[in-house]
Amino acid sequence: MTRFAAILLAGFMFAGIAGAAELGPIQADKSRLAFVSKQMGVPVEGEFRKFAVQMSFDPAKPEAGKAQIEIDMASIDAGSAEANEEVVGKNWFNVKQFPKASFVSSSVKALGGNKFEVAGKLTIRDKTRDVAAPFTMAQQGANAQFEGTFTIKRADFGIGQGAWADFDTVANEVQIKFKFVAAAKK
Amino acid sequence: MTNGLSQGRYTATAVTLHWLVALGIFGAFSLGLYMHELPLSPTKLKLYSYHKWAGVTIFLFVLIRLAWRATHPPPPLPAAMPAWQRTVAHALHHLLYLLMVAIPITGWLMSSAKGFQTVWFGLVPLPDLLDKNKELGDTLALVHKTLNLTMAALVISHVAAAVKHHVFDRDDVLARMLPFLDNNKVTR
Ligand code: HEM
Ligand code: HEM
Repeated sequence: MTRFAAILLAGFMFAGIAGAAELGPIQADKSRLAFVSKQMGVPVEGEFRKFAVQMSFDPAKPEAGKAQIEIDMASIDAGSAEANEEVVGKNWFNVKQFPKASFVSSSVKALGGNKFEVAGKLTIRDKTRDVAAPFTMAQQGANAQFEGTFTIKRADFGIGQGAWADFDTVANEVQIKFKFVAAAKK
Repeated sequence: MTNGLSQGRYTATAVTLHWLVALGIFGAFSLGLYMHELPLSPTKLKLYSYHKWAGVTIFLFVLIRLAWRATHPPPPLPAAMPAWQRTVAHALHHLLYLLMVAIPITGWLMSSAKGFQTVWFGLVPLPDLLDKNKELGDTLALVHKTLNLTMAALVISHVAAAVKHHVFDRDDVLARMLPFLDNNKVTR
């Protein structure tokens, strides 16, 4: 019954997206969008709790795959209450002015086995940059799980300005880790 | 005071370790209080790291000190000291040793629970003994602070006792931990 409802819902929500094998909506409780920054050389993990993902992907035809992600910047958890207050401010994400960040894929290619790479445009604040992220796809029962890690440079997006612009306390490289689980629509 | 001189001395190593650890604790303690009040800034992150590195370093010296102490019994207290004072002195010293161990460990555990690993001098990562858990992190921060305030109170009594021995009892209890006073004693 729930499965039936999920399929109905998936069909309803994604009716507009044409392309390869369509996927149901992202299962928020199983999906995760995290980042690891290095502070004084120490990796510190944070995450975004709210994000919307739309994707279509068929491992047999990866080039036709598409993904669009929208991140609610106010949902950031940077690892501590104090950091959370800081990172929504002007020097970091300036969430008032830039409430959303987004990723829009431009191409997907196969890397062999269950490995793929998606390239696209990542927009954070008012900066858009080309990024590429390798990822794996795994079938888990009725679900498809997409998992990957890539690195961005925070300075490319103007993240961490003023006193934070220096990289000796917070490193420029920030690792992004994602795991999206969606019901595979048959 | 005729029998103010006790037989026996602390070894030079024991004296050196006592003062190294004491200086380290004064430093880490002041830095801890100061950094805690700062608004978040790169400076604050740096000071937190320095505090943790210093704390771990002190912890290592404390371990060496305990090993030394276990193999080199301290000299007996002056014979003139009343029994209750000996008991209090010994109890206080044991409590201080306990706190010297418990404070760095709670600092380490707190860092783990808060999700900020300790990497000694940015080089040697200490294993996170606890998983990230905000409530536990906050509790451990309170424990760390409370133990510190307890130690501060004990150290004040400790110093007061040392001064009392020197000024009122005129024995060599302070001098045997502060060798430059010792020389005065000998030439007197
Ligand atoms: C003998 C060694 C140490 C001393 C004397 C000491 C002392 C202190 C003091 C006085 C504070 C301020 C407490 C407050 O105002 O809330 C503090 C905070 C702190 N200490 Fe230590 N500490 C020691 C070792 C360590 C170690 C080894 C670590 C971690 C590896 C550590 C981590 C911290 C942290 C993270 C705080 C901040 C707590 C917060 O912001 O709530 N400390 N310490
Ligand atoms: C954080 C600061 C300090 C700590 C944790 C500390 C701890 C200790 C401990 C555990 C002992 C016992 C040694 C043993 O017999 O095993 C001791 C001895 C002693 N400490 Fe401290 N101490 C501190 C600071 C000071 C200061 C500032 C003074 C100076 C007034 C001082 C004076 C002495 C003296 C005179 C002794 C020898 C006591 C005796 O002969 O039995 N200490 N200290």
